[in-house]
Amino acid sequence: MTGADLFIVLIAMVGGAIRVSTPFMFVALGECLTEKSGRINLGHEGNLVLGAMVAYAGSYTTGSPWLGVLMAGCAGLVLGALHGWICKLPKVNDIAVGIAFMSFGTGLAFFFGKPYIQPSAPRLEAIPLGDWTGNSSIAQALQVNPLFFVGIALSVFLWWAFRNMRWGLILRMTGDSAASAKAMGVSVDMVRLLATAAGGFLAGVGGAFLSLYYPGSWNEGLSSGQGLMAVALVIFARWDPVRCVFAALLFGAAGAIGPSLQSIGISQGYYFFNAAPYILTLFIMIASARSKSAAREAPGELSIVK
Amino acid sequence: MTAVVSPPAARPISLGPRTMRALEALVIPLGALIASALLFSVFLILLGKSPATFFSLIWTGGFGSSFSIQNTLQRSAPLILTGLAFAIPARIGLTLIGAEGALVLGGFTAAAVAIPLVTGGIAPVVTLPLMALSAMAVGAVWIGLAGWLRHYRGVNETISSLLLSYIAVAIMNFFVEGLLRDPASANKPSTMPIGDAYRVGSMPGTSVHWGLAAGLVLAVALWILMTRTTFGFAARMTGGNVRAAKAQGLPVGFLVVACCAIAGACAGLAGFYEVAAVHGQANASLVAGYGFTGILVAFLARQNPLAVVPVAIMFGALAASGGLIQRRMGMPDATVLVLQGIIFVVLLVSETFYGRIPFLQARTTGDRT
Repeated sequence: MTGADLFIVLIAMVGGAIRVSTPFMFVALGECLTEKSGRINLGHEGNLVLGAMVAYAGSYTTGSPWLGVLMAGCAGLVLGALHGWICKLPKVNDIAVGIAFMSFGTGLAFFFGKPYIQPSAPRLEAIPLGDWTGNSSIAQALQVNPLFFVGIALSVFLWWAFRNMRWGLILRMTGDSAASAKAMGVSVDMVRLLATAAGGFLAGVGGAFLSLYYPGSWNEGLSSGQGLMAVALVIFARWDPVRCVFAALLFGAAGAIGPSLQSIGISQGYYFFNAAPYILTLFIMIASARSKSAAREAPGELSIVK
Repeated sequence: MTAVVSPPAARPISLGPRTMRALEALVIPLGALIASALLFSVFLILLGKSPATFFSLIWTGGFGSSFSIQNTLQRSAPLILTGLAFAIPARIGLTLIGAEGALVLGGFTAAAVAIPLVTGGIAPVVTLPLMALSAMAVGAVWIGLAGWLRHYRGVNETISSLLLSYIAVAIMNFFVEGLLRDPASANKPSTMPIGDAYRVGSMPGTSVHWGLAAGLVLAVALWILMTRTTFGFAARMTGGNVRAAKAQGLPVGFLVVACCAIAGACAGLAGFYEVAAVHGQANASLVAGYGFTGILVAFLARQNPLAVVPVAIMFGALAASGGLIQRRMGMPDATVLVLQGIIFVVLLVSETFYGRIPFLQARTTGDRT
């Protein structure tokens, strides 16, 4: 591998990380919001796939990709609200409900998505940030989708809101101690329902990015565990929205290794590199599972870290 | 003065708490099934399709003829095994959803082990058991790893097992598209076919492969293991309360890993039968979702190994009638997925009714809290 090749691979990885990380970012922010309220939603994979399908269908029928994004968010919102409602029933396990919603959301998406596999819908436009360099591979890598910036802005807003806004404090209190929330007269179930619904909305938007920007088409193999990896990512980011963005970028870079190497003609081990994000996630989970700082920052009511 | 032993007070129903609990475990899932059927009917009506046609097609496609019954049983064989793969760790309190990966990797291992043995001309009597054993061993290691990480490293087993599933599929793809690819498989990369002489045959008088018999035997054996042995008792106690089990000096780590390994072996065996009896080689067809349907099977069977069998047959029928529904009603094959998703969600909602339906409660006090 020459120096020029290495440069191309690195640039492709940076660009890939930006592209691949966006859905991770949205799902992770949604999951972070949900988990801060003390509940876990493992079903975001379902939201992601359904969101991708709805966004594509919405963009195809209305002609406006941004309307598609909104519709995807609403589909995710409905799934999230259902999840939140079911979890408030006594004796119902939130992890199991998440698994059920993974298959329910995916099933709905495949069912209604059949007619949209062939037609081509208008995509989201990227912002060309690298044209001034005059280098085609840099320009290619710096084609950044506006949703990426929306995600970053949102993460900073959430980070700020968790500390400074009334609802942020209520959300965190509910997540840390349901008993104290009750003592303050806060309806724990309602807070968690709203948090899960809002989290579902964000996961749906993440799905819209998949079908409307990168890879940029709707098919049944579109998502492969991004929704689930985001749950691990939130644990890794220790429930901090800003750290979620960095974790998402790291995951995106891992996911971009295979395609980047392919761009300079190395296709050996492509399938092995496909597994890189999963292996990375697993190692990160092993590393962060017994970490004391993670245990300290975890919402106290969360079933997954108990 | 002698103590007067009063006869037990007469009860309106003389069913004991065990019977009542069993009845509850039968009535509530059945109710959930009926409720999901109704919900799905509403879904069909909204789409302008007839629920009556749908359910009668499921009956025809699943049980209508001897061909469809055999088709159903053929498809329920892997579901029994993957259902067991979820149910056994569930008894010890783990939610493992990685059976799909163990199935794929087990099937791939069986096909890979077969390559030197078949080309070397080793007799099928030796080759097939070796394939089955290696598939089970690999499955056991794969799921056992999730259990080990859970117990010794505190890694959430639900997420790690699903990640391991994706890694398993990637490992198979890596080899099937590369090193072990059969040059003859142009359109669909596959390993070398094991050949008809090495196929697992059908059970006498049927066209159903022996995987069904293996599933039935394992279901009974694991039921005995979990309910009639010290191992099963210790495992269920650990599932009920880990701390109490540790305080009693039970080898919790061993129990957890052993239950996971059993689960992985079941899923790996399912993969072996998919390769040795159905496909004859390892390729992407192994990733057929049996592992995920197995989760639903186990939930509906309330993690009881014996109940897994009829539930698996029911879902086998659903899978077998998928094609018929597609052709006759013009609905996509994902219809079955939607129905499964609805059943899954409604089933979990139904969990809330345990202990809350008055006529299903035993009349003794202090038994259930």
